[in-house]
Amino acid sequence: MKYVNQPIRKSDAMALVTGKPVYTDDLAPGDCLIVKILRSPYANAWIEDIRTGTAAQVGGIACVFTYKDVPQKRFTLAGQTYPELSPYDRLILDRHLRFVGDAVAIVAGETEAAVDKALKRIKVKYRVEEPVLDIHTAMDNKILVHPEDNWESKVPVGADNRRNLCASHAEESGNVEEALAKCKYTVDQVYHTKANQQAMMETFRSYCYMDYFGRLNVVSSTQIPFHVRRILGTALDIPSSKIRVIKPRIGGGFGAKQTAVSDVYPAFVTWKTGRPCKLIYSRYESQICSSPRHEMEIRVRAGADENGIVRAIDVYSLSNTGAYGEHGPTTVSLSGHKSIALYRHLEAYRFAYDVVYTNVQAAGAYRGYGATQGIYAVESAINELAAQMQMDPVKIRELNMPLEGGPLHGYGDSPCATSCAMDQCMARAKEMMDWDAKYPFRDMGNGKVRGVGVAMAMQGSSIAGVDVGGADLKLNEDGSYTLGLGCSDMGTGCDTIMAQIAAECLETPMENIVVFGVDTDISPYDSGSYASATTYTTGVAVMQACESLRQKICALGAAMLEEDPKNVDFDCEYVYSSDKKVSLKEIAVKGTCGNTQELQVTRTHSSKISPPPYMVGMAEVEIDKETGSVKVIDYVAVADCGTPINPNLARVQTEGGIAQGIGMALYEDIQYSNKGAIRNNSFMQYKIPSRMDIGNIRVDFRSSYEESGPFGAKSIGELVIDTPSPAIANAIYNATGVRVRELPITPEKVAMGILKLEEGE
Amino acid sequence: MNISFWLNGVCISGEAEPHTLLLDFLREKGCYSVKRGCETANCGLCTVLMDGKPVLSCSILAVRAEGHKIVTLEGIQKEAEEFGAFLADEGAEQCGFCNPGFIMNVFAMLKEIPDPTEDQIREYLSGNLCRCSGFVGQTRSILKFLQYKKAQQEEKA
Amino acid sequence: MLKIKKYVKVKSVAEAYELNQKKTACVLGGMVWLKMGNRNVSTAIDLSGLGLDTISETEDEYVIGCMTSLRDLEMNDALDMFTHGAIRESLCHIVGVQFRNCATVGGSIYGRYGFSDVLTMFLAMDTWVELYQGGRIPLAEFASMKKDRDILENIIIKKTPLFCSYISQRNSETDFPVLTCAASLVGEEAVTVIGARPGRAMIVKDANGIMNGFKEMTNKQRAAAIESFAEFAAQNVPVGGNMRASAGYRTLLVKVLTRRAWEEVGGMKNEY
Repeated sequence: MKYVNQPIRKSDAMALVTGKPVYTDDLAPGDCLIVKILRSPYANAWIEDIRTGTAAQVGGIACVFTYKDVPQKRFTLAGQTYPELSPYDRLILDRHLRFVGDAVAIVAGETEAAVDKALKRIKVKYRVEEPVLDIHTAMDNKILVHPEDNWESKVPVGADNRRNLCASHAEESGNVEEALAKCKYTVDQVYHTKANQQAMMETFRSYCYMDYFGRLNVVSSTQIPFHVRRILGTALDIPSSKIRVIKPRIGGGFGAKQTAVSDVYPAFVTWKTGRPCKLIYSRYESQICSSPRHEMEIRVRAGADENGIVRAIDVYSLSNTGAYGEHGPTTVSLSGHKSIALYRHLEAYRFAYDVVYTNVQAAGAYRGYGATQGIYAVESAINELAAQMQMDPVKIRELNMPLEGGPLHGYGDSPCATSCAMDQCMARAKEMMDWDAKYPFRDMGNGKVRGVGVAMAMQGSSIAGVDVGGADLKLNEDGSYTLGLGCSDMGTGCDTIMAQIAAECLETPMENIVVFGVDTDISPYDSGSYASATTYTTGVAVMQACESLRQKICALGAAMLEEDPKNVDFDCEYVYSSDKKVSLKEIAVKGTCGNTQELQVTRTHSSKISPPPYMVGMAEVEIDKETGSVKVIDYVAVADCGTPINPNLARVQTEGGIAQGIGMALYEDIQYSNKGAIRNNSFMQYKIPSRMDIGNIRVDFRSSYEESGPFGAKSIGELVIDTPSPAIANAIYNATGVRVRELPITPEKVAMGILKLEEGE
Repeated sequence: MNISFWLNGVCISGEAEPHTLLLDFLREKGCYSVKRGCETANCGLCTVLMDGKPVLSCSILAVRAEGHKIVTLEGIQKEAEEFGAFLADEGAEQCGFCNPGFIMNVFAMLKEIPDPTEDQIREYLSGNLCRCSGFVGQTRSILKFLQYKKAQQEEKA
Repeated sequence: MLKIKKYVKVKSVAEAYELNQKKTACVLGGMVWLKMGNRNVSTAIDLSGLGLDTISETEDEYVIGCMTSLRDLEMNDALDMFTHGAIRESLCHIVGVQFRNCATVGGSIYGRYGFSDVLTMFLAMDTWVELYQGGRIPLAEFASMKKDRDILENIIIKKTPLFCSYISQRNSETDFPVLTCAASLVGEEAVTVIGARPGRAMIVKDANGIMNGFKEMTNKQRAAAIESFAEFAAQNVPVGGNMRASAGYRTLLVKVLTRRAWEEVGGMKNEY
C-alpha cells in the first residue's frame, strides 16, 4: 500500500513545529472580554448571600453573573452520545457549592486587571456544611452531595442522589463462589488508584462571539464539538441550532476535553452580553476543577487451579465521581469489562460496582477510561497469584491470555476475539526484554537491584453500536478532493490518518486531499475523538465515502463519454471505456458547469462491535534498596492495534501513553487537605514525568487483521496507558518482595515496605 | 513604562506595566509561538532566548528585557523548519503546543553542546515538558538531526 | 497575581537599600518564585544593572554576586573543581536549564527556603554573605536571622581546603528534594548539613565529636565513625512530614544520605 501503513508526516506538522498561531488563544479576537470565575473555598457550602454591586462598578467590567442569573435546568458536561448516561446534575452556577473550586460567579471585563479587581469585590456569605470526603462512607451518608429535587439520571444505571450514588450494578456469570472454592490458589486484595490529571499542555479554553445571524459561535479546544453544541444548548436553554462550535488545532486532550469543562461560562457571557469573550483556564484551574481520572478502589478475588489455569475472577470497583457525575456510570464499567476478559479459561466471573458522589473535584474521561484502573488491579492480582504458585508471571499469561477466535469473558462488545495477536505480542516482548535472563531480578551490587515485571492489556475500538463517524468527500474543480471531518484531531494526527486512507482509496497523492475539520455547521456529524474510536470508526466512513464518490465520478465520466456506467472504469486518473477516456480533471470541471450530478458524498459509519486492541508491557526497574528510589531502566511494549495506518504516529502514541502511565505508576499523586482542597494544584506540586524520569521506551507491533476496521485497523490511543502501573508494580515486587497496592509507588512506600519485610525476617 | 529591546533582530518598543511578564508582552507583539503551560515556571513552553541564553519568559518582567536581545521561534523560522522536519518525521511533534519552547531550547543546547550524548540531551531539556510524545521520539529526532548536520558538514569539508 | 506599582533599576546598592526600607518594597531576584505569589509590591528594586551577576576569584575566596544565575554557578569550572562536583550536583536537578538561567543565587540564599538545595550546599562550605549594611557575616548566622531590609550583595566562599559531597533524594528527578545532604571537610572540620527536612537546612552539630579527626582516621575507624554519625544524625536531626514524604521516611533518609555523603568524602582521602 502506498499511503496506508506508511510513516507519513502529519499534514499540519510544519505549522506546528514553526510555532504558527493555530490554537484557540492565538486566534481569539483582540477585543475579547476576559472571563474569570470566582471559586468556592469550601467543599460543601451554600451561598446565603452574594453581593456583586461594587464589582460590577469596576471600570471595564461587562457583567457579573451569579446563580440568580442562570437557567435552572440541570445538565451534564460529559461529551457522550444520546441517551447520555451521565446524570443531569449541573447548573452553570449553583447556590449549592459542592467542592473546593466549584463556580460561584462569572465575571467578564475588558482587561484582566479589571476582572481581578471585580472578583475581589464580590462579597459572598457562605453557609458552610460538613463535606463528604471519604469514598468508603459516601454511599448512604446523611450528607447528600446532590439533595436537589431536579437532579436527574436519564438512564437506569443504578443511580440515586438520595444515596450519593451515581451508578451501581452487579453481574455474574457462573457461580464465582463455587469456582473460587475449587481453586487451589486464590488471592483477595484491594488496589487503589488516584484521580490523575491528564495534564495536556494546553489548558481548557474557548472564545465566543455572535455572528450576523445572531448565532453563538464557540471556538473551543475540545475533542467533542458536536456534543459541546448540544451541551451548550441544554445549559443555556436555547436551541442547539443557535450554536456553532469550531475546533482549531488543540494542544492535547487525553480525554480531559471529552468533557465541556469550561465552555459554558464564556458561552453564557457572549449569549447574554452579545460581546466576544474568552476564558483561558489557568493550570491551577486545570488541576482543581477539571475532569481527572476517576479514583477507584478495586477489590479483586481470583483463583487458579493446580496447573495455573485462572478459573474465576471477582471484581468490585468503588469509583469516586466527585461532586458531579460526568462519565461516572461509564468509566467504571470498563474497570471490569476490559480486565476480566484478559483471561480466557474462566468458569465464572463477577463484576460489581458502586460509583459514589463526594465533595471533591468531579472526575471525567482520561485515556484508558476505567480500564486503566481495572487492569492495574486485575493484572496485579494475577501477578500475586503467580507468585503464590511460584509461576513465572509470563507463563501464567501464556496459559490464559485471549487468543484469536477465543472467548472474551464479560466483554459484551464482541462475540469473541475477532482479531488477536496477544500471543505474538508476548513472545516478542519477552524477546525484546530478554525476560528469561532477567526474571525475576538481578543484584547489581552497591545496594541496587533490578527487577522485571509484566502486564497485559486490552481496550476497545469505539463504543459498539453507539459511536458514529462521518466523512464528507467532494471532488473540486481542479481535481483535488476535500475531506470534511467531524472527528477531532487533538495532536494525535487523525486528520492525516483520514487523508492517508482517502489517498489510498482514491489512489491520489496526499497533497491532493484537503482535510477540513471541525465546524459543526459544515462538518459531517461525528461523535468526536474519544473511546479509541476515530481511526476505527471514522476511517471506515472515509473508505465508504471514497468508494461512493468513485462511483459518482464514474457515472459522470460515463455520461461524458456517452457510455453506460456499467461499461466504464475509473483508474483515478481517467474514466475509460474500451476505446474512450476522460480525465479526472475534465470530469471535475464538468462538475462545475451545467452539471446535475453532485460530486460530493457524505458517509456515516457505526460499528456493532468494538474489537479490542491488545498489548503486552514489560518494565525493568532499578531499585535503591535503602532509599526505595525506583528508576525505570527500560520499558518494552508490543501492541496489536491491527494494521497501524501510520506506524510513526502509532509508535509515538504508544511511547506517549507509556510515559503517562509511568507518571501514574510512580509520580503523580493527588492529595487533599482535611477540608477537601487539592494540594497538587500546579505543575510544581503535581509532577508529571520529565524526560529524566522515564528511562528508555521501546515499542514494537504485532498486528492482527481486524476485518471490521479500515484496512484491518483497530485502535491504539487508550490501550497504551494500561500496562505501566501493573508491570512496574510487578517489577518492584520481583526485585524487592514489596507489594505496593496504592498508586503512585513512591520511594517512601518501597523503602518502608523493604524495612517491614526485613523486620519480619 | 515604555520599554524597547531587540526582538528577533528588530528594535521594538512598547508600553508595559511594571509587572507585565515578558511572555504576555511577546504575545501582544504577535509572537504567538510563545506559549504558557503553567504558572509555576515548570513546563518550559515559554522558553525564549535572551542574549542567546534560554530563559522562561513567564518569569521575566518585560521591563527587564530593556536593551536586551530576545529571540522567539518567529525569529528563527528557517532553523525551526529544518529541525522541525526531523521532529515531524518521527511524528513526535504531536499536538505541537510544547514544540516552540522545546525547539528554542534544542537550539540553545546545541550552541552550548554541539554534539550532545543522550544523557546530556535528557538533562539539558529536562525543563521542557511534553505530555504527548513520551520524549523518546523527540530524542530520536535530535539525534537524526545531528547526524544530518554532520553529514552536511562533511560534505562541505 | 503579582502587582508592581513601580519598577526601579537602581544605579547603586545605596539606592537599593534606601528604596528597600519601605515594607512594601521588594528586591527582585530571578522572579521564578516571586511571580507566583499574590503580592502587591510598591517598588520593585532591580539590581541587575550593578554588575552583581558574576563570579570572581581572589587568592583566598570566591565572590559570587547576588544576581549570578544558578546556571552560571553550575557551569563555573573553578567552583566545580573546588567542590569536587558537589555544587553542580546540588543545582542540576532544579527544574531545568531555563529555570536556572533565571533563578539567582542571591534569591535562593536570601529566601532561606526550606527546600533549598543551594542553601544546603553553601552551608557545607566556609561561606559568608556580604550585606550592604550588615557587612560580612557567616552564612549560618544569616540563614538563621529573621529577614530584614538589608541588601544581600555577594556570597563569599573562602578557599579553605574542601572535600565535599552533595546528595539529594527526590521523588522525581526535577522535583523539590525530599531531603538534601551535604557532607564536607572544611579544613579539618567535618561539616554535615541536612536540608528539606522539610524545614530549612541546618548544620548537624556533632555533639559527641564522632567525626573529630576524620581526616586522619584509618579506613576502619572512618567506616565506624560514619556509621555511628549517620545514626546520630538520624536521631538528632528534627524532621517533619509534608506532601512529599513522612517524617519517618525522612529520618531513614537522614541516616542513609549522611552515610553515603561521608563515604564519598572518605573516598577522596588520597587527595587530602
